Amino acid sequence: MIKRDKRACNVKKIVCCGLRLAVLAPLGLLSACHAVVLEPSGEIAEHQRNLLLASTGLMLLVVVPVIALTVLFAWRYRASNRHATYQPDWDHSIYLELMIWAIPLLIIICLGALTWVGTHLLDPYRPISRVGAGQDNAKPLVVDVVALDWKWLFIYPQYGLATVNDLAAPLDQPIEFHITSSTVMNSFYVPALAGQIYAMPGMQTRLNAVINKPGDYAAFSANYSGAGFSGMHFVFHGLSPADFRHWLDEAHEHGGALDRDTYLRLAEPSQHEPIHRYNSVAPDLFEAILRQCVREGQSCRRMPGTMGGEDTQP
Amino acid sequence: MNESFLFGRLTLGALPLHEPILIGTFIGVALVGGALLAAITYFQKWGYLWREWFTSIDHKRIGVMYVILGLIMLLRGFSDALMMRAQQAIAFHGSEGYLPAHHYDQVFTAHGVIMIFFVAMPLVTGLMNFVVPMQIGARDVAFPFLNNFSFWMTVGGAMLVMTSLFVGDFAKTGWLAYPPLSGIATSPDTGVDYYIWGLQVAGIGTTLSGINLVATIVKMRAPGMTLMRMPIFTWTSLCTNILIVASFPVLTAVLALLALDRYLGMHFFTTQFGGNPMLYVNLIWIWGHPEVYILVLPAFGVFSEVTATFCGKRLFGYSSMVYATLVITILSYLVWLHHFFTMGSGASVNSFFGIATMIISIPTGAKIFNWLFTMYHGRIRFELPMMWTIAFIITFTIGGMTGVMLAVPPADFVLHNSLFLVAHFHNVIIGGVLFGMFAGITYWFPKAFGFRLEPFWGHVSFWCWVSGFWVAFTPLYILGFMGVTRRLRQFDDPSLQIWFVIAGIGALLILCGIVAFLIQIFVTIRRRESLRDLTGDPWNARTLEWSTSSPPPPYNFAFTPVIHEPDAWWDMKQNGYVRPLRGFKPIVMPKNTGAGFVLAVLSSIGAFGLIWYIWWLAAVSFASVLAFAIYHTFEYDREYRFPIEKIIQTEDERTAMLAQRS
Amino acid sequence: MNSQAYYVADEHEHEAGGNTMLGFWIYIMSDCLIFAMLFATFAVLGGEYADGPTPRKLFDLRLVAVNTTMLLLSSITYGFAMLTTAQGKRAPTQAWLAITAMFGLAFIGIELHEFSHMIAEGATPSRSAFLSCFFTLVGTHGLHVTFGLIWLVTLMVQIQQRGLGPANVRRLTCLSMFWHFLDVVWIGVFTFVYLFGVLR
Repeated sequence: MIKRDKRACNVKKIVCCGLRLAVLAPLGLLSACHAVVLEPSGEIAEHQRNLLLASTGLMLLVVVPVIALTVLFAWRYRASNRHATYQPDWDHSIYLELMIWAIPLLIIICLGALTWVGTHLLDPYRPISRVGAGQDNAKPLVVDVVALDWKWLFIYPQYGLATVNDLAAPLDQPIEFHITSSTVMNSFYVPALAGQIYAMPGMQTRLNAVINKPGDYAAFSANYSGAGFSGMHFVFHGLSPADFRHWLDEAHEHGGALDRDTYLRLAEPSQHEPIHRYNSVAPDLFEAILRQCVREGQSCRRMPGTMGGEDTQP
Repeated sequence: MNESFLFGRLTLGALPLHEPILIGTFIGVALVGGALLAAITYFQKWGYLWREWFTSIDHKRIGVMYVILGLIMLLRGFSDALMMRAQQAIAFHGSEGYLPAHHYDQVFTAHGVIMIFFVAMPLVTGLMNFVVPMQIGARDVAFPFLNNFSFWMTVGGAMLVMTSLFVGDFAKTGWLAYPPLSGIATSPDTGVDYYIWGLQVAGIGTTLSGINLVATIVKMRAPGMTLMRMPIFTWTSLCTNILIVASFPVLTAVLALLALDRYLGMHFFTTQFGGNPMLYVNLIWIWGHPEVYILVLPAFGVFSEVTATFCGKRLFGYSSMVYATLVITILSYLVWLHHFFTMGSGASVNSFFGIATMIISIPTGAKIFNWLFTMYHGRIRFELPMMWTIAFIITFTIGGMTGVMLAVPPADFVLHNSLFLVAHFHNVIIGGVLFGMFAGITYWFPKAFGFRLEPFWGHVSFWCWVSGFWVAFTPLYILGFMGVTRRLRQFDDPSLQIWFVIAGIGALLILCGIVAFLIQIFVTIRRRESLRDLTGDPWNARTLEWSTSSPPPPYNFAFTPVIHEPDAWWDMKQNGYVRPLRGFKPIVMPKNTGAGFVLAVLSSIGAFGLIWYIWWLAAVSFASVLAFAIYHTFEYDREYRFPIEKIIQTEDERTAMLAQRS
Repeated sequence: MNSQAYYVADEHEHEAGGNTMLGFWIYIMSDCLIFAMLFATFAVLGGEYADGPTPRKLFDLRLVAVNTTMLLLSSITYGFAMLTTAQGKRAPTQAWLAITAMFGLAFIGIELHEFSHMIAEGATPSRSAFLSCFFTLVGTHGLHVTFGLIWLVTLMVQIQQRGLGPANVRRLTCLSMFWHFLDVVWIGVFTFVYLFGVLR
């Protein structure tokens, strides 16, 4: 199996991390131990990280004083301290009450605005308008993703290719994932690239993302899906355009054909599946997987948007 | 699968004879259980237990039994936690760990189910049952028989889940059993069926108990106790029980639909023939999110009582506390989708639910400030309940912060289902609910038994729990940032191991906390004479339950109290209230009955029949439940007069006890 | 403040079962929620025919109209039973209850006939999500009516034994709430499942 040596964290670093953690607020410092969520390599994940930090900062505005006051009051008003003021019947102050409702309210208003804007900006369904600092859009790479028991199938319709447990994309080109699942629910997640989204049987989700730094990134299912779940990971390669072409060529040379029968055999549950490549893919295979009718004679699911339409075999 | 008429799909193969861990557990349970049963038999306590406890419809005894159930199940749920921590700490460098997927997946499912349904819920329900009637100056709940029945249904559900340990499997689906994974195609064994019927049986009990307590609080308050004079714990209990009544039916319905899918081949949540698994996810979280507040609101109530008592001060901002509770109650219905932002709803939908979630933090924040300003200008006695409260404020604030982080949808996309999420909800459930329950148990223990809990071992337990919690869950927060997802059984990246080892050490610290708690109980019973509470008010507290003796007489109050302000007992103490010594009247009390026990046993047997496809057993049990219930309705004479001589005797003893103290 | 009374010195015994109405009402609300869930499920999945039979092919509105009439009439006759109960007349109460039970039985009978007819045509609950929802929603209502009938008969026996004492009147009132509640739910079923189904 591939070692994520990029993330290797030695004991010294851990101690160091722990110490800094103990002294300061945890977030910014964790990057020292390759907290991939805080140190991503894709534009989308980066925005998500920024939003995470901003919301944490906003929250700390109230959390830190609360904790400090708790400790302070607990110490100051301990029973043994007879010098402290004692007002057993004081239970109301209109100003204080206004404050304790208003301060959280103000913070939530800020956070709510941030959330509204951020959620729309980072909507996984939203096509990428820019692929990195100062770079313009390009034609997106389309990848159809199928979560199988317990491996991932990636279909590249633009290249007539498919792979199992092996995903690559060129740098700075938008990627448009179409995601579904064969039997149970999974979640497609490449932490360095962008946030996750569910892979659900009979349904299609989308994820738009872009990778900006070359590298091999850990990727996996983030939703428990049964016995083989732990082994359901793969490596996502962020490649330069030249390397990506090379990767495509290799797939073309070494692959076989992915027709419906091959797919059905592949879809049987298996664990720790090695990388497969296919240099041709049956037309409409993804559509058939999505509508749960790959097997001969299965009736296809009605998809949203085809309301009332007759169901036919694609 | 072959099915026989007599045993359904139950065969000898269902016994885990090939799994040494389970055989060991079974032997342990059998030895301890056998010893317990033998001891009860030896000391001839069966009659006493049956008459005084099992058939009791005294809300105080039922409350105590709920708490005992919760604590016993805590041991089971925590064993699961230890097993997971051990597995994750060693499953590196190509090692499979010691738990195969088949076992590990059951362990984490059982851990979640047990901790929520059979630890947190019984503890919360137990405290409410015990305290609320006394706080409102009532003599029992509105429907005492139903209360007993509810308790035994909860026990029945717990027993079904425990049975799955030794007969067949438990669910391997995660604690909410999302389909399609929990469907018959991918989970054909008995696991999900144990899950469904265990929760259905317990759920009926919970719903009825909710109805009961709402009716109690609405109808049975002592004269003078207007809504805005109710103690905060009663308020939070009212809101919790309203939430129970308004959310548990959803769980019942959704589990019934899942059962129909599995048993009759229907297509609610399948992927074929038009079913929609995400409907299940939506529906179960419509129950699941209010459930979170069902658990935490009573804990908030406990902290309010404890803070006011141990600061020797009125609670700051009583009315804003009440309104905050109400706002939380209502909002808890509007946020369920935040559990699955990653389903791919549109940005506007996600924003709505995200912002609604954040809005809940406003009343919650107000509550925390209220506790804080109750401490301000107080005279704080650091007894254990107060220490739990301070640990709660600090822990819960951080848990609340990480919760708001998860409520921002784009941030949730990177943290969802990660160990960060796991750390977050343990942070609020342990830091909020469990700390609250420990505070409550320590606080009301003398009321229930007449002697205080021994403080030394309580302190040991406290420090082990609090430090253990942070040692166990800080690494999980960090692992979440490192992109580690939950429910994994083995790992490839060796750099993660150290964090899991640290988390495991934290779990061991918590284990010490639990052991210390058990020692505390043992030591307390040994030294009960020196810890005895003669006054009935050991903490110089403020609410009505402290105005009666410890333990209270069966009728709670010889005379129904009259209330003039929220801190009723404080008011009585301040204004020279004199305990009446004569003029007693006989009191009408409900009779004990074994009907609840019988009905619950029959229901559980029926559920067992359904789980194993033993149709005749299910049918017979169901018919018996019906017949017995009808038979029970022919019993009209359900009350008796508590004799006046016994009241006089009880009250005279209390007078003597109070005199002995002064 | 000292003169304030802190306890009720002269307490009257509380009326037994004074909380029952409220408690039962809360129970009905929780049951209502179960139906709400089933309606919601029907709203989501009711159009998923999966190439199977559609409501227009399945539903016989005339039969459903008869059925609805049965249930509505049973509510009215239950109302008459409550009126005679208020006057403390046992025999007419029993008679009206018996008539109510007849209408209820007719309702269940027609529903079972409808179900068996549909299943014979191959429209089984496992045929499509729509049919799963249909059978579950209508069947849950039918089960409730069945339990109501069992309760009704039990209560008639109890009234025969003990007359119209306060305990029995209380039980009659509870069952009355339950029965009318089922009627209201049925109006929802009739409208949303049958009428809208045929219009779809």
